[in-house]
Amino acid sequence: MNRQTLGYGLLLALGIAAPILVYPILVMKVLCFALFACAFNLLIGYTGLLSFGHAAFLGAAGYVAGHAIKVWEFPPELGLLLGTLTSAVLGWIFGVLAIRRAGIYFAMITLALAQMMYFIFLQAPFTGAEDGLQGVPRGKLLGFIDLSNDINLYYVVLTIFIFAFWLIHRTIHSPFGQVLKAIRENEARAISLGYDVAKYKLLAFVLSATLAGLAGATKMLVFRFATLTDAHWHTSGEVVLMTLLGGMGTVLGPVVGAGIIVTLQDQLADKVGSLVTVIMGAIFVVCVLVFRRGIVGELGALYKRVIGTR
Amino acid sequence: MSEVFGVPVQALLGQLMLGLVNGSFYAMLSLGLAVIFGMLNIINFAHGAFYMMGAFIAWMGLEYLGIGYWWSLFLAPVGVGLLGIAIERSMLQWLYKLDHLYGLLLTFGLALVLEGLFRDLYGVSGQPYTIPDELTGAFNLGFMFLPKYRAWIIVSSLTVCFFTWFMIEKTRLGAYLRAATENPRLTQAFGINVPLMVMLTYGFGVALAGFAGVLAAPALQVSPLMGSHLIIVVFAVVVIGGMGSILGSILTGLGLGVIEGLTKVFYPEASATVVFFIMVLVLLLRPAGLFGREK
Repeated sequence: MNRQTLGYGLLLALGIAAPILVYPILVMKVLCFALFACAFNLLIGYTGLLSFGHAAFLGAAGYVAGHAIKVWEFPPELGLLLGTLTSAVLGWIFGVLAIRRAGIYFAMITLALAQMMYFIFLQAPFTGAEDGLQGVPRGKLLGFIDLSNDINLYYVVLTIFIFAFWLIHRTIHSPFGQVLKAIRENEARAISLGYDVAKYKLLAFVLSATLAGLAGATKMLVFRFATLTDAHWHTSGEVVLMTLLGGMGTVLGPVVGAGIIVTLQDQLADKVGSLVTVIMGAIFVVCVLVFRRGIVGELGALYKRVIGTR
Repeated sequence: MSEVFGVPVQALLGQLMLGLVNGSFYAMLSLGLAVIFGMLNIINFAHGAFYMMGAFIAWMGLEYLGIGYWWSLFLAPVGVGLLGIAIERSMLQWLYKLDHLYGLLLTFGLALVLEGLFRDLYGVSGQPYTIPDELTGAFNLGFMFLPKYRAWIIVSSLTVCFFTWFMIEKTRLGAYLRAATENPRLTQAFGINVPLMVMLTYGFGVALAGFAGVLAAPALQVSPLMGSHLIIVVFAVVVIGGMGSILGSILTGLGLGVIEGLTKVFYPEASATVVFFIMVLVLLLRPAGLFGREK
């Protein structure tokens, strides 16, 4: 049994035991944002594309899944699927437009498109505008697992997270993932080697948007509502911060970052009020200036140094 | 009463005027972004926050110190510019060698800090700022009433834009600036202090945003959120226009303001999103932007 399997085994045990130790809703929120950040990291960490519009996918999937379950009375699994598919389609549209420009423009375009979606959600008849879409029933998964029980729901969310995490892990370590990394490192060379870079970027973007949508739909099911907050640009910024703090381009970084940021917000919300934004901004600034590898990246470097000297 | 497509001419002209006012703000902000991007290769996400600060400095000056509008119009941009220079010296200058994206991330963090601080102090509701006596009232043009303050916003911002264009394109300082944008190392080899120019460029760029903020203070409410609402639209403006040309930024800003104003008349539901739709169209038809150069 190698170290990596042991590490993941320990994490899995922690995940299974977590709802006994901590309030399950908080852990589920962490898991949803961890999935969201992992999806985002697939772009920034492995393809070198900074999307500043990922909130649109989180929000869209939440609204569609919520509407399908509440109004059309879909079972939860179909609602989740429909929400996720919506984000996939939206991701394809965003991707086709945004990959026409590189670097800094890519970030600005995704941000502007997401803002457009925000205004559409604000005006659309089915989103409930400022009030949001509320009172979505959790229902019974596959007809027999009662999700209104927090513990049941927790293990469903954990299963979704593990599946998505495994998918991302597989993607990163597949030949497809290697090409993405090649694009990140040297796009011109990847082109000259004959790879259709635009196609790879688009596929990575759609995959990332889809998984972000899965996170959004799941989060909606946990909280039973979908609101404009999920689609706001602050949320797009938050997922950047989670990934940056945890470590861009590391497998576990986004999970660690999401855990810290969500817990921090949960703890600080009633104590400092609107100063939370200031603290988030300050963490951003510190990370960019002195801590660009993030927590997991720094630990990894430290680990390598210690092993190297021995 | 004459009408155009079923809309009274007066209402149409009124919205056109408002569109030009908004366009003036787009123009000034996208101009500042373009100048900063040219020199520092950084997209200044904090630009909206500096605009908001310009308005707040004017408001606080009047509220606590009794400093009038005309002094604020000078002092607030200077204050914002100095803050910008301090930020450039203490933080941004360490990022020039890295990927451009880090500059965006850093300034995003700064925008959150600035916005959050003002929100903590003053809440999200706006503070009113009265129009100075000299600019209250309206001109009667015969076919419509033109509020003096709106005319003032358009005239003064166009003047500032013109001076910026003139300084960059026609003066010796501007020539150094353009040289340093093209090739900083070679320019430095000719004995020009490039880091100093980078610092001043950033200060000037954010001072423009501060100036726009003071102009906006009497026209809109002074609110901590006024900057972030605007900056994302300005990003779309920058994508549409491309950042290659000074004149291009100004024209795109004004033009989109007018289009937005007209949309409010003919199809109000789309007025919040029309700029983004135009961005999508431009990306499909002319990916480099209207005035942009590829790469």
